[in-house]
Amino acid sequence: MAKFTTLTSHAVPLPADNVDTDQIIPARFLKVTDKHGLGDSLFCDWRYLKDGSPNPDFVLNEPASQGAQILIAGDNFGSGSSREHAPWALVGWGFRAIISTSFADIFKSNSLKNGLLPVEVSPEVHRQLMQAVNLDRTTKITIDLPTQSVTGLGSLEATFPIDEFSKHCLLEGIDQLGYLFSFDEQITNYEQQRT
Amino acid sequence: MEPRTLFQKVWDDHVVVQEPNRPAILYIDLHLIHEVTSPQAFTGLRERGIKVRRPDKTIATMDHSTPTDPRALMVIDDQAKVQLAMLESNCEEFGITCYPLGDSRNGIVHVIGPERGFTQPGKTIVCGDSHTSTHGAFGALAFGIGTSEVEHVLATQCLLQRKPKTLEVRIDGKLMPGVTAKDIILALCAKIGTGGATGHVIEYTGSAIERLDMDGRMTVCNMSIEAGARAGMIAPDETTFGYLVGREFAPKGADWDAAVERWKQLRTDEGASYDKTVTIDAHTLEPMITFGTNPGMGMQINESMPTADSFDDGSQKAAYEKAMRYMGLEPGRPLSGQKVDVVFIGSCTNSRISDLRMAAGVFSGRKVAEGVRTLIVPGSHDIKKQAEAEGLDRIFKEAGAEWREPGCSMCIAMNGDNLEPGQYAVSTSNRNFEGRQGKGGRTFLASPLTAAAAAITGQVTDPRSLLLS
Ligand code: SF4
Repeated sequence: MAKFTTLTSHAVPLPADNVDTDQIIPARFLKVTDKHGLGDSLFCDWRYLKDGSPNPDFVLNEPASQGAQILIAGDNFGSGSSREHAPWALVGWGFRAIISTSFADIFKSNSLKNGLLPVEVSPEVHRQLMQAVNLDRTTKITIDLPTQSVTGLGSLEATFPIDEFSKHCLLEGIDQLGYLFSFDEQITNYEQQRT
Repeated sequence: MEPRTLFQKVWDDHVVVQEPNRPAILYIDLHLIHEVTSPQAFTGLRERGIKVRRPDKTIATMDHSTPTDPRALMVIDDQAKVQLAMLESNCEEFGITCYPLGDSRNGIVHVIGPERGFTQPGKTIVCGDSHTSTHGAFGALAFGIGTSEVEHVLATQCLLQRKPKTLEVRIDGKLMPGVTAKDIILALCAKIGTGGATGHVIEYTGSAIERLDMDGRMTVCNMSIEAGARAGMIAPDETTFGYLVGREFAPKGADWDAAVERWKQLRTDEGASYDKTVTIDAHTLEPMITFGTNPGMGMQINESMPTADSFDDGSQKAAYEKAMRYMGLEPGRPLSGQKVDVVFIGSCTNSRISDLRMAAGVFSGRKVAEGVRTLIVPGSHDIKKQAEAEGLDRIFKEAGAEWREPGCSMCIAMNGDNLEPGQYAVSTSNRNFEGRQGKGGRTFLASPLTAAAAAITGQVTDPRSLLLS
C-alpha cells in the first residue's frame, strides 16, 4: 500500500449528502476482475451525458478539478454496498483524501486499506472549507497525517480522528495482511482450542 | 461476570488476540463468497503464493450477474462470463465448495447460507457483500467486508476489527394485518436515516420481533445496513431452532442437542446495557413505501411526501429536491395512485417462500394490470422448487407475471434484468439509489404485499385494500 504522510492539493467540492457507492461506481462496472482502470468510471452516471460525452456541468469535468487529490464530500459519504471498487475508482481518478462530516463504516475501512484517507471534520469546518473552495477553486488544503490536522484558508486549522493502527499502517505503508500473518501461532492455538 | 449483550457474547467468543490500541483479531467461522467481490482477492493470494487457510469454512455461489430468464439461460456479456468462470476456477484451485450457475443448491448468497444450514447462532459470518447482515437473524455476528478483507479471511480466517457500539431497536406490540417485516425495517430507516446506526451493531428485541418467523427476521436484519449499521442481530429462540433442525449442514443427533444448549445462552443478560436504544410501537406501523433515492426517504403508504419547506437544514433540503427531480415527483403530493411500469419481487430481502406466499395471496384470482411488467425471482432453487410444489408459480403465471430463475436480478441490475430510463418500479429489494435498478430507473421500495398490489392495479396502492376485498 502507498504511504500517506502529508498532502497539499486543491480540492473538488461535491456537496451532496449521502452519496452512495452506486453513485461512486455503478454496479454495471463491477464485472471487472482487476482493481485497476476504474478511475474512468468514477461517478459515471453523473459524469457522462447520454451520448457518452463528458457532462460539462459535473464538477469532476471542470478544468479546475483536474489534478486535484482531495474530494470534499457531503455528509455520510460512501453508504450502501461493500464494494471496494468505490475506493479503487476514487484512487484511480487521483484522489488521496476525502473530507466529509461522516463516512459509512465499510467504505471507511475499505478506503484505509487503499491509501485513501477519510478525513472527518466538524460541520463548521466542513462548511468553511466547502465555501472557500467553491469561491476559489485553486484554494490549497493541507492534510497532515502525523499531526492529524487539516490546514489552509490562512487561519483554518482543524484536527481529525483516526485510530492509531490505521494511522500507523498508512504512515508506514504497512499492509494489514502481513500484520495478521504475524499472529499465525495464536490463530492456530485458537483453532485447536475450539475443536 | 458482568451482564453482557448478545453481540458482546459472540464478539468475546471470537477474539483471538486483543492488543492495546490495536484492532482485535477476530476469528471468522463462515466465509461466503460470490463472483463480484472475490476475483481480486484470489489474485492477491496468488501473487503472494499463499493458500486458503480454511477452505472448509468457505462457501461460494454465483448470484449477482447470473441470468434469470428461464428460456435462455445465457450469461449476458463476456465480462460477466469471465467473472463467473473465474470464480469456478478459483474455487477449484483453492479447494472451495462452489454452487455454480445451474447447480440445484445455487441461489443468492444470503438466501442459501441459512437454507443449507451453514448459518447458525453464535457464528461469525462475513461476505464481500453488505447484506451479510441478513444472517444476524440467527443470532450470528454477520457483516459485509471489502475485497481486501476477503483476502485477509481467505489467507488467515481472521479479520482486524474495531469493536462497534451497540444499538437496541426494541419493537413491541402486534403488527396490524397487511403490515410486514419489511414495513418494520423501512419504518426504522425512515426514523433514524441511512447514517442513523453508523458504527453500531443493532440488536432487534421486543415482542413484535419474537413473533416474526425466520424469513421475516432475515428481512429485518438484511436492511440493517440501510440504516448504516455494521450488523443486525436477533437472539436465537425456538423459532430459530425450528428453522435449522434437519438442514443439510446443521448439527445432527447429540451434536444438535449440545448446540441448542449452547445457543440458548446467546441472549442479552438482564442488566446488560446498549450504547443507544430506539423504540418502535409495532401497533402503529402501516405499510411503508420509499419515495426518494435512499432507503431513509420513506413514509406510510397513505401519507404525502414532505414539502421542500419542511427541511430546516439547507443541505437536506437540496438533497431532497435533487431526489425529487431524479424521481420526477412533486413534493407535498401523495404517492398513492402513482403509475408504475415494473414490479420486482425478489432479492435477498424478500425472495423467500413466505414472501412468495404473501405475494401469491394478492395475485390469486387476479390479473396484472396492462402494461406492467412483473418479475418474480425466487432467492434460490430450493425456494423455487418449494413454490412450484405449492402451486405458487401457477398463480403468478396465470396472473400474467414472469416466474424467473433464482438470482439477484433486478435488485442490482447486473444480469440484464433492469429498468429503462425513467421507468417506475415498486421493488421488494433494499436499495432505491439513483440507477440501482438500471440507469435512470426510479425505485419505490416496499413489501411483497405492496409490490403485488401495485402489479394488480398498475399504481402505488395500499395492499390492505386488496386483502380485505
Ligand atoms: S439480492 Fe441485491 S442486495 Fe442481495 S446480495 Fe444480491 S445484489 Fe446484493
